[in-house]
Amino acid sequence: MNDVDTVRSTSPSTVAQKDKAGYGEAALTPPVDVVEDGTGITLYADLPGVSKDKLHLQVESDTLTIDAESNLSVPEGLQSSHTEVGLARFHRVFTLSKELDTEKVSAELAQGVLTLRIPKVAQAQPRRIDVKVS
Amino acid sequence: MYRSLFPRDLFAEMDRLQREMQQAFDLSPSIRGLGRGGFPALNVGGTPQTVEIYAFAPGLDPATIDIQLDRGLLTMAGERTSKLPSQEDSKSTVHINERFAGSFRRMLSLPDDADPDAIAADYRDGILHITVQRRASAQPRRITIQ
Repeated sequence: MNDVDTVRSTSPSTVAQKDKAGYGEAALTPPVDVVEDGTGITLYADLPGVSKDKLHLQVESDTLTIDAESNLSVPEGLQSSHTEVGLARFHRVFTLSKELDTEKVSAELAQGVLTLRIPKVAQAQPRRIDVKVS
Repeated sequence: MYRSLFPRDLFAEMDRLQREMQQAFDLSPSIRGLGRGGFPALNVGGTPQTVEIYAFAPGLDPATIDIQLDRGLLTMAGERTSKLPSQEDSKSTVHINERFAGSFRRMLSLPDDADPDAIAADYRDGILHITVQRRASAQPRRITIQ
């Protein structure tokens, strides 16, 4: 899936692009929460079964890519009878805006939840503008 | 609250459509319905010795997960607290809200040969894995001819 979200989109608008790689490269779209406050943006993503070494985060110019692989180990000879999660890859792309400081992105992964903090560049942080009376 | 675990996953949506079509034509569906699209998502499978259940429930405190087995019916319940700012917090804006938050409960019936005394559960990287042993008496065995 090559859908691109902007971090700010209020509804999950789909920019449907043709899947170039086919089913072999198929991946699940992890659900995310994105919250913005005065100093930056926090992104939470559900990545069940993903450990630290299987998570790949990439920021290239203004694109944030989350690529992860679930390492679910199943016992030998398992006969699946009911499957709701049929793929073990997660992939999602976001377009960042220019006031976000991509050099200072910090990420934390705990119990399958990724917390990503993208601060705003110092000059983009809110400040009060004093109105001078002449 | 209904919330898909993987929004905009085309293959999962196609799979869901196919199953819903199947259910529409099935004249005697299960009394508990399909249960698809709930939280946590479940994968169930079995080996000759065990029944394996995988619940995809990231971000839980393992101590708060409640698993109960009553007459062959396995119930898993718990709560996932929201990380979103509260309504009063006017400094923050929620741009995307797709993750499940709140309490959940999912049930599934185990096969008849499942042993209620031999259940093990572990929680790692957001996946709850429950293993139920099958009764030894139900294991296939060779009968020798006297």
